[in-house]
Amino acid sequence: MEKTDYDLVVIGGGPAGLTAGLYAARAKLNVILIEKISTGGQVLITDWVENYPGFPEGISGFELVQKMTEQAKQFGLVIENNEVLSLELSEKIKTIRLNDKTVTTRAIIIATGASPRKLGVPGEDVFFGKGVSSCATCDGPFFRDRVVAAVGGGDTAVQESIFLTKFVKKVYLIHRRDELRATGILRERALANDKIEFLWDSVLTRMDGLTNVEKITVKNVKSGEEKNLAVDGCFIWIGILPNTEFLGDALRQDEFGFIIADADMSTSVPGVFVAGDARNTPLRQIVTAVGDAAIAAFSAEHYIENF
Amino acid sequence: MAEGVVEINDSSFDKEVLEAGIPVVVDFWAPWCGPCKAIGPMVEELAADFGDKIKFAKCNVDDNPVSPGKYEIRAIPTLIFFKDGKDVEKITGMVAKSKLEDSLNNLL
Repeated sequence: MEKTDYDLVVIGGGPAGLTAGLYAARAKLNVILIEKISTGGQVLITDWVENYPGFPEGISGFELVQKMTEQAKQFGLVIENNEVLSLELSEKIKTIRLNDKTVTTRAIIIATGASPRKLGVPGEDVFFGKGVSSCATCDGPFFRDRVVAAVGGGDTAVQESIFLTKFVKKVYLIHRRDELRATGILRERALANDKIEFLWDSVLTRMDGLTNVEKITVKNVKSGEEKNLAVDGCFIWIGILPNTEFLGDALRQDEFGFIIADADMSTSVPGVFVAGDARNTPLRQIVTAVGDAAIAAFSAEHYIENF
Repeated sequence: MAEGVVEINDSSFDKEVLEAGIPVVVDFWAPWCGPCKAIGPMVEELAADFGDKIKFAKCNVDDNPVSPGKYEIRAIPTLIFFKDGKDVEKITGMVAKSKLEDSLNNLL
């Protein structure tokens, strides 16, 4: 059999990547995990995780990821801090171009996750980090006794808005529909929270300010009426987009770029598997990401055995 | 000689950063910020690589409100790059090591 640098390369170090790495290392595959920044992914910006089984009192996103990293390393998983620039998937042996070298492998698991989606309104990029944020646990405490806006109506928007009320005087929660999409318990908590003022059927259309965001414009989609609100911060939680730009058009993806896979996590290219938020999937949670990853690692192992 | 990442506070800020005599990178962080803790090891690695030419410092924004206020920090992790006592670049959020290396090289 022709020699390759690795049996398996896992790309991305969030819960999916760490779990795939754990399973692969435990199965004694020659595996490496490539992470661009630091292990954790989106979980790092989660203040408190209370729907991951095994932690009845809840656990911070950072601590959960630290435990996952530690557990994977216990089985010998090597985690390298590097960036994948592109993949060459046309041959049976796959080539991965990294920042400073090129490596070959038999199989790949893509676990690059997703990033918060932007609104795409004037002022958003200019004021990012200057009042505009997607991370309440990082930036919430800077807005003590201030007024902030939050955009979105799903689980993240609602949970993080509730978290913000620990610090801020008021949260305007701007949602384009007339009811929240978030799960029951979060919805109840938000509706009962008197620091949250709901702006239903509304969209944020622009942000203004001098050095920091100071004012936003909100439009009611039903009446067409626009109004300005003075805010010190603005948090955007309107969903996510997959981190799959580096793939080019090598794999079958949906209209948003999420990778399409079969039940065994195999993609349109044999030997390439996907797990977690980067996959076209109806639910994106830590628990679904690690489930995907176990299947992907199992499928990759089987594929490598028959290489 | 590299000395790793130096812990600084509001009262030592001017002396440690503005009057350091060499370029300085200040990592503004807090114990409640997951991404801050996550990039900590990367900053330590960069301190080991660049430490003989650039000073690395970290400032806990919880205990030291004055310096983050002065530099209008509204988000962490934020790294501010100082040269000759002036803030020349500000990077907010988690970014790849290669991007930080580029900024550090620009500082030299």
